[in-house]
Amino acid sequence: MLEGAVLTVEITSLSVFFGIIIGLFMGLGKLSKNLFFKVPATIYVDFIRGTPLFVQILLFYYGIPGLISTITESSFKVEAMVAAVVVCSINSGAYVAEIFRAGIQSIERGQMEAARSLGMTSYQAMRYIILPQAFKRIVPPLGNEFIVLLKDTSLLAVIGVQELTRKGQLYVAVTFASFPTYIGVALVYLVMTLTISRLVDWTERRLGVSDRRD
Amino acid sequence: MIVVTNLVKNFGSLEVLKGISESVKPKEVVCIIGPSGSGKSTFLRCLNLLETPTSGDITIDGKSITDPKNDINKIREEVGMVFQRFNLFPHMTTLQNITLAPMKVKGLSQKEAEERAHNLLIKVGLTDKAHVYPDSLSGGQQQRVAIARALAMYPKIMLFDEPTSSLDPEMVGEVLAVMKDLAGEGMTMVVVTHEMGFAREVGDRVLFIDEGIIVEQGTPAQIFSDAQNERTRAFLSKIL
Repeated sequence: MLEGAVLTVEITSLSVFFGIIIGLFMGLGKLSKNLFFKVPATIYVDFIRGTPLFVQILLFYYGIPGLISTITESSFKVEAMVAAVVVCSINSGAYVAEIFRAGIQSIERGQMEAARSLGMTSYQAMRYIILPQAFKRIVPPLGNEFIVLLKDTSLLAVIGVQELTRKGQLYVAVTFASFPTYIGVALVYLVMTLTISRLVDWTERRLGVSDRRD
Repeated sequence: MIVVTNLVKNFGSLEVLKGISESVKPKEVVCIIGPSGSGKSTFLRCLNLLETPTSGDITIDGKSITDPKNDINKIREEVGMVFQRFNLFPHMTTLQNITLAPMKVKGLSQKEAEERAHNLLIKVGLTDKAHVYPDSLSGGQQQRVAIARALAMYPKIMLFDEPTSSLDPEMVGEVLAVMKDLAGEGMTMVVVTHEMGFAREVGDRVLFIDEGIIVEQGTPAQIFSDAQNERTRAFLSKIL
């Protein structure tokens, strides 16, 4: 059971990491005036947010490898763990993209104008002025997204990833102790999500330095 | 120093600037007055390309800023801008606000940039506020930091977009005093303002803009005491 919880944390952490990277670029892409960036980013975000994660998991584990097998006339398979991290990263990236986009857009236009009027490039203005301020506003919704993601990794049980929920199922299959097992599983999730939300609160307070009057 | 030729700016189907031609000489202080919505701020914002002109040409020191071949970031380094709402960077201290652009854009070392910042803080009278964040400063203090921040790039021209319009009345004076000193040192300045006292006292020339054109321009004495145009007189009678 402990192994399962560890795996849940591992998948979530990796997906959060890649999700932030994907989300930052896709969020900037959605804000870009250049259609070359804007259109793919918009399609990506719409597709991922508009379809269930459960279906995405099935698509990545069975659907796409199956398609590749047919095309290449070979038997192409993906490790369940790899599929799990890829699909969770891609899924979380879309939500993080929207969080970044909203965060960046919430910074008033005068900040960008002031930065540009000092001769900064748009990259410098983003890097030193807009993103640090946006990031502060992004922390709470980002924390929320990670809590959602952590809980959603339970869906990975369907492709046999031995995370917490799957471990629970396997345990019940042997012991038939369904109530104690599943309530235990639920409590472990609860401990993990509460820990994340405390961490988020703490980060938020630490980042709030410049909001305080000295 | 600044030459504007037949500047037109449309926002969608709305024509905000309808062909403005004007020039500003080195060390000249030009004040722009006019009713709100007249296009005076848009005109100022075109001078450092915060607004892209629809047509027409602007040259600064002989370089066309509308020519895509010229690097706008380089040109902006030489044109400082002060905004109505200050636009200080709230996540940085006063000192960091002032040193950021000299370090990142001009490549100054932190030590050089801080030395520059300290001299500028002396100039604007805020040496004791170097390490506080903008939201613990009054409006007048914030605007003086904003002026110091712009000056830290050692610009050749300073643009002021209604720099005192969002200040409480008792703070207007301290900002105008800094601007007056700056004019006294020979800075080339273009100032959009509702402070007629400042325009009269410090301005070399006053432009009255209404409905997207320069209706009348002249020395402060000509404009304030002897306006020729009916619209200028009507505007002045409302505010003086």
